[in-house]
Amino acid sequence: MNNHASASEPRAAIGGRPRHIRSWGDWAGLVALILGALIMLFPLLILTLNAFKTTADYNMTGPLSIPAHFSMDGVVSFWNKTDFPMKFANSLFISLVVSVVGVFLSVLNSFALGIGRVKGNTIILLFIMLANMVPQEALLYPLYVMFKGVGLYNTQWAIIIIFMIIQSAYGTYLLSAVYGTFPQAILEAATVDGATRWQILRRIVLPVSWSTISVLFVFFFIWTWNEYMIPMAFLMSDKTQTIPLALATMQGQHTMAATDLASASLLSIIPTIIFFIFFQRKLSQGIVAGSVK
Amino acid sequence: MSDKQSKGGRTASRIPGSKPSRFVPYLIPGLIGIIAIVIVPILWNFYLSFTRWRGVGPTRWVGLKNWNHLIRDSTFWASFSHSLWIIVAIVIIPTILGLLISSALTDVIQKRFGARTSSTLRALYYLPQVLPVAVASIIMGWIFRPEDGAVNDLLTKIGLGSLQHNWLGSPGTALPILMVILIWIQLGYPIVIFMSGLQRVDPELYEAASLDGASWWQKFRVVTLPSIIPELMVVILTSTIGALKTFAPVYLLTKGGPENSTMVPSYYSYNQFFQLQQVGYGAAISTALTVVIIIFSIVFTIVQKRVEKNIA
Repeated sequence: MNNHASASEPRAAIGGRPRHIRSWGDWAGLVALILGALIMLFPLLILTLNAFKTTADYNMTGPLSIPAHFSMDGVVSFWNKTDFPMKFANSLFISLVVSVVGVFLSVLNSFALGIGRVKGNTIILLFIMLANMVPQEALLYPLYVMFKGVGLYNTQWAIIIIFMIIQSAYGTYLLSAVYGTFPQAILEAATVDGATRWQILRRIVLPVSWSTISVLFVFFFIWTWNEYMIPMAFLMSDKTQTIPLALATMQGQHTMAATDLASASLLSIIPTIIFFIFFQRKLSQGIVAGSVK
Repeated sequence: MSDKQSKGGRTASRIPGSKPSRFVPYLIPGLIGIIAIVIVPILWNFYLSFTRWRGVGPTRWVGLKNWNHLIRDSTFWASFSHSLWIIVAIVIIPTILGLLISSALTDVIQKRFGARTSSTLRALYYLPQVLPVAVASIIMGWIFRPEDGAVNDLLTKIGLGSLQHNWLGSPGTALPILMVILIWIQLGYPIVIFMSGLQRVDPELYEAASLDGASWWQKFRVVTLPSIIPELMVVILTSTIGALKTFAPVYLLTKGGPENSTMVPSYYSYNQFFQLQQVGYGAAISTALTVVIIIFSIVFTIVQKRVEKNIA
């Protein structure tokens, strides 16, 4: 934490650099916040500690001890039992298609609402936002009947179609506000050059709003990856399920040994943590964008 | 802005020479999707709430029967009263803690210990937010396992073995522990949003307040809080909607039990749909929840507009 050289010379800084004078209160604040962060991290630390422990060890010494023997058994057995690579591929496929199509739909909607100012755009936007407000179980039975009727029940396409629409509702809400304040001068200049609407969208609006669009993409991806209720109701066969479903099914079917559950949970969150590390900047930008409206 | 008002006072599009109606084709795919995936199912679900249906076979129109049952169903009302506790866990506590933590991270840590320290701490607080909520729930259920979980083991190790408890399996503690789990999942969300809002605050305001000898608490009240009202509103609105919709943690940890002590509307309707095959009644519960969420959102947005106007 002490990545500032000035930590060792606060007194010398008096007068010259008042920002680095640290009072007892500042240190107390730092300690309190680190303790808080450790409490937040505690479940994941304990989980990691036990993911590589043998069941015998666990039964002897409990969850809080350092593992006496390093064991990959739990990880390997979850990997094999659930065919983890397949579950990973399923999650990846669903989330990627949803984010690409969801972003595309958000852009089209927002172009019409924010830049085209289609008649009744406020009302239309309110209708679209219903998708974010309504609890998913209120859609569940009708969607179940509809997708059964067209033969897509228990396929990943059902999940993809449902979530590309639900995510695009949020995208439209965010992006149409951005397009509502799109620099007028740029749009006018393009018109003078004789560009059509489609050309303006592709060559001007899209590149200029690219940073918001990439934030949407990351968000749609993670949200879809993390979805639970609708995938659980729609993806009945082992071959179509996603990672969160695989873990939940596993946990529901057997009383799992504590160490096996720890290894399975740890394996399930590794992809998410990797995304988190990769996209941390985008994520915080996105949350910011979402809150500014 | 060079908004050209066309005849009839209607707003023109933002591209000169293109009438708004020429943009309708761009809206068609998205609107068809919303209508098919959201609007039609909501209305259909509303219709189902007036029927008796086992999920297969014919639907029978029963009028207001489900609704009459609903207003006398004590489990239904209990589920909404539990929602209030869920709101405490997802909205009230994380918002208050989030205000304190984000302002301490911005005002103290970032200034005195550097931006890296504060963004590292922020990432740690935010981590549970990126985990799939189903997986986060299972992990916390593992921590609170009755026979050999970490919490019970910790109690034994520090000599409080007598406090060992089946945390999620006893009616008295299931809801409070569920709340603890939800706070853990939620806390990072307000922190990140508030910190982004605080970056907007003019540092000179803090310096001026410090020169006047203001305490940390006074600065918090006079400078911090008023400047992040928009973020505060967004957090309260979105997390209240989220709290009312809570499903996965209940489904995976307690199934509404023991003795309905953690029953929430979402799980209650799911239970009617898929465990009891009472589709009509499940539809009534979920329609009621939808109406509550929509009314809350409308009222809140009106209040929010007023508050923001008063500040401006």
